[in-house]
Amino acid sequence: MPQHVLIVGGGVGGTIVANLLARHLEPIDAKVTLIESTGKHAYMPGWLYLPFNHEGLESDQIIRDERSLLNRHVQHIRGTVTGIDTQNRELRVHYSPGLHEIVGTGGAVEATYGYDYLVLATGARLAPEDLSGLSEANGNGGWYHFYSAEAALHLRHALQRFEGGRIVITVGGIPYRCPPAPLEFTFLLDEWLAKHDLRSKTEIQYLFPLPRVFPIESVAEAVTPLLEERHIGYTVFFNAETVDTEKQIISSLEGEEVPYDLLVLVPPHRGARVIEDSGLGDEQGWIPTDRNTLEVKGHQGIYALGDATDLPVSKSGSAAHFEAKIVAARILAAIRGEEPERDEATYDGEVMCFLETGYNKATQLVFNYEHPPRPPRPSLYYHMEKQLFNRAYWHIVPQGLV
Amino acid sequence: MPDLKEITIDKEIDARGSFCPGPLMELIRGMKALPVGGVLAVLSSDPGSAKDIPAWIQKAKHEFIGAFPEQGYTRFVARKTH
Repeated sequence: MPQHVLIVGGGVGGTIVANLLARHLEPIDAKVTLIESTGKHAYMPGWLYLPFNHEGLESDQIIRDERSLLNRHVQHIRGTVTGIDTQNRELRVHYSPGLHEIVGTGGAVEATYGYDYLVLATGARLAPEDLSGLSEANGNGGWYHFYSAEAALHLRHALQRFEGGRIVITVGGIPYRCPPAPLEFTFLLDEWLAKHDLRSKTEIQYLFPLPRVFPIESVAEAVTPLLEERHIGYTVFFNAETVDTEKQIISSLEGEEVPYDLLVLVPPHRGARVIEDSGLGDEQGWIPTDRNTLEVKGHQGIYALGDATDLPVSKSGSAAHFEAKIVAARILAAIRGEEPERDEATYDGEVMCFLETGYNKATQLVFNYEHPPRPPRPSLYYHMEKQLFNRAYWHIVPQGLV
Repeated sequence: MPDLKEITIDKEIDARGSFCPGPLMELIRGMKALPVGGVLAVLSSDPGSAKDIPAWIQKAKHEFIGAFPEQGYTRFVARKTH
């Protein structure tokens, strides 16, 4: 009997695990099924550039069909997981509309899938309702963000209408995906405003909840002088508590009030709803995960990776990418009845990412649990490397080739 | 620093094993949920907390009661004043 591996989530992490397993296992040994609800694979780092470029929502630089990225031996189910039963080792799946026409489910709307191994790559979701005043629709009262392609386009249009004033950039809570993104946005905005003759009419204010402008001290030290050079104001220890979208004022837990003309606020994040509903998550819906084996604490044979976990690493595609290889190595070894090789099957907190600093320059952050990053001086080289990666991504990362 | 035995702690959060910004964010979250006058303790094994936690309490104008060293971690205690 083939072992059944169920993977929930079609982002970077889930897709890599599915492809690695399908490539290294014979169908007679294992059946690999990936369940996700949209049928699409988004390259989320591309959203950062959308407010400043001309790409459309359907651009193949930011979104492609998930099926086109999967090994042909991966069974792809489009549906929403509505229940996780770890006692009976099965999932409840509600099919996405139209699925029965594709794979012949006989018109069924729901089904149950059993598993031997389960991979939870369920990601994060935006929870604006966690911050008082943000429950209204995006764009209301001068509030924008770039944490979805649609929101990034709204922001693009707002910038095109912008004639000067105060732009405030901050985060609605911690953790959020891609820690450098608000800083990168700030630098790219500074450049964009200068190119559109608006910089002298605009005050940029960057607010951050921690005692420095970035969670990791070495990065904060490298980036703070850049903010100062570009006359970007910053306030630390600013934990957003309420946004008054009528008066256009953001207030902090620490008692400060900052008025804005345009607010770019990363919405608060939570884990996936099914994780919260199934009781597998902590208070914010993140899955308690072993920092080295990536096994869900207290659940043998269930793994979690990427944004879904409670691990003290960046919620980023990069972390998910490295973690996916560890999870695949562990499941491969288990199915083959072997001991996992320590080096290949132990996550050491590895993350590698870029930080765009504007004007065609970037720096690079490489770190793990033990070693903080030592970012090099921003240069054209790292900017080009990032731009190259943005294009190469589609051909090498989801497939598990790197 | 007062004697820890003489302080009534209303809520204690164990943030050991989590790293920056884990313990600080736990403290901020805990303070938000606590009634005014309540005393919060956060256990941290992250050396960065020694600087970050008192600095935040000062900035947010709450009362820092003390940092009490234990075996392999520190117990940070603060009172919510407003």
